[in-house]
Amino acid sequence: MINDRDILETIQMISQEHLDVRTVTMGISLHSCADEDAKRACEKMYTKICRKAENLVSVACDIEKEYGIPIINKRISVTPISYIIAAAAGDDPNFDATPYAETLQRAADTCGVNFIGGFSALVQKGMSVADNALINSIPSALTQTRNVCSSVNIASTRAGINMDAVARMGHIIRELAERTRDQDSIGCAKLVVFANATEDNPFMAGAFHGQGEGECMINVGVSGPGVVKKALEKCDGDLADVAETIKRTAFKITRMGQLVAREASSRLKVPFGIVDLSLAPTPAQGDSVAHILEEMGLETCGSCGTTAALALLNDAVKKGGVMASSQVGGLSGAFIPVSEDAGMINAVKCGALSLNKLEAMTAVCSVGLDMIAVPGDTPAEVLSALIADEAAIGVINSKTTAVRVIPAYGKNVGDVVSFGGLLGEAPIMPISGYSPAKFIRRGGRIPAPIQSLKN
Amino acid sequence: MKAVITVVGKDTVGIIAKVSQLCQNMNANISDISQKVMGDLFVMIMLVEIDKLNVKYTEFVDAMNALGDQEGLKVHTMHEDIFNAMHRV
Repeated sequence: MINDRDILETIQMISQEHLDVRTVTMGISLHSCADEDAKRACEKMYTKICRKAENLVSVACDIEKEYGIPIINKRISVTPISYIIAAAAGDDPNFDATPYAETLQRAADTCGVNFIGGFSALVQKGMSVADNALINSIPSALTQTRNVCSSVNIASTRAGINMDAVARMGHIIRELAERTRDQDSIGCAKLVVFANATEDNPFMAGAFHGQGEGECMINVGVSGPGVVKKALEKCDGDLADVAETIKRTAFKITRMGQLVAREASSRLKVPFGIVDLSLAPTPAQGDSVAHILEEMGLETCGSCGTTAALALLNDAVKKGGVMASSQVGGLSGAFIPVSEDAGMINAVKCGALSLNKLEAMTAVCSVGLDMIAVPGDTPAEVLSALIADEAAIGVINSKTTAVRVIPAYGKNVGDVVSFGGLLGEAPIMPISGYSPAKFIRRGGRIPAPIQSLKN
Repeated sequence: MKAVITVVGKDTVGIIAKVSQLCQNMNANISDISQKVMGDLFVMIMLVEIDKLNVKYTEFVDAMNALGDQEGLKVHTMHEDIFNAMHRV
C-alpha cells in the first residue's frame, strides 16, 4: 500500500523542486554506414538514425504523460564520426567532414530530438588521417549546424596526454568562437575536450556511442539538485547526517530514472544501457548545485570548504544511486557548469568563485571546467594549457575530466555571454595572462602515469 | 494496475462528484479515497484501477488535467509504479 506522505512528497518533488529525468538518449552504432562515397555514407547514416530513433520522442512523451515525470530532453548519440569518414577520407587530411554533420542535423530534425552527439574523435595516443580531417572540420561543422555536438578525447590514464592534439584544440576553439561571434561564440558550447571520455554518457555536449556499446542502446540521465537542496533544508545534523540525507534522496531520484529507462527500453525494443547518476543543474531558480553546497553551510560557493562539500555531495549521490539502479554508468557525478547554474553564476559575479577554485573542484566531481567564458583575446596556447591542466587531473586520478570553454569573441572581463535556454548565461572570468606558449609548442605526448605509489 | 489521482484546490461543492463522474465515464473503478479540508483548501488522494479503462490511459490523464484546468484545481494523475519504485527498496 502506498502511503499518503510518499505520494505528496513525490508530487512536491516534481511540481516544486524540479525533479525530472534530464535526458533519454538513444545510442546508435553507425559503423555499418561507412562508405567510400561520402554522399552514400551520409544517406545511409540518415536512414539508419531515422529508422532506429523513429519512435524515440513519441515513446518518451508517452512515458512522461503516463508516469507524470517530466522528461526534459530526448537525444541521440552516435559512433564517433571519425570512424565513419575514414573510408571516404582515405589519405586526404583536408577531407571536409561538414556534410556528415549536416546529415546528423537533418536526422535530428526528422526525429525531433534537441541534440545529437558524436561528431567526435578519440585521439588520446595519436591521430589518424580521418581524426585529423574531422578535427579540422569542427569549426565549419558546428557553425553550419544547430543541434550537433562534438567531442574530442585527447588523453587517457592508459595512454597519457596527446599534447599535439591539445595544442590543436586551442586553435580549433578559437576559430569556432570567431565563426560564431554573432551568437556570443555559441559554437564553443557544443564542443567538449575530454580526458578519459566515457562511451555511454547520455549528457550533451559530450555524448557519443562508444566502440563497445553494441548496435543500439537506451541511456538515461537523471537530475534533481533542487530535490537534494530541499531535503538538506530539513537536515540539522552533522555532516554524516548530511551525507545520509543526500544518499536517501539520490536513491529516490535514481529509482525514478531506472523506471523510465526500463520502460523506454522495453517499449522501443532497444537494450537498456545505463542510468547516469548526475546532479545536472539548470539556470532555473531552485535547480542549482552551488545552492546545495551553500545549504551545507558555506556562505557562498567558491569559499574555502567548497571542494570538501562537493566531494561529500558527489560521493553520497553515487552511494545512494548505485543501490537504486542495476546498471550505473556514464559520467555519474555532480556537474558544475558555470553558465547553467544560477548559484555558480552568482558566485562568479560576486568574485567568490575563480577559475582556480573551479579547477580544484573538478578533482573531486564530474566533469570539469564546464561552460566557462573567458576573454575573447585569450591566446590559443593559454586555452590549450587550460585543457592540459584539466586533462592531467583526469589522467592522474583515473577519472573523466573535460573542458568546455568559451573564449567569447570581442568580450572581456565584466561582460556576460548569454545563450538562453538550458545553456544559460556566463560572466567572463579572468584567466592567467602568463604565457605557457613554449610548453605547448613542444608537442609530443605526456606519458601515461604510474598506477602505484599513489601520493 | 492502479493510478493515483491527487486533487488540491479551493474547496467548493461537488469536487469529488466531478472527479468520480469522470472515473465512471471512463470505467475507472475507485478503490480508495482519502480526503481532507484544511481551512478552505481541499486535498484529495484517490486510488483508481486502470486495467479496464474504455479509453487509452494517456487520454484518461488528459481528461483529468482538463477537469483540473476547468475547475481551477491542481490535478495530478500518476501511475502507481512511480511511487512503488521511489519509496520501496
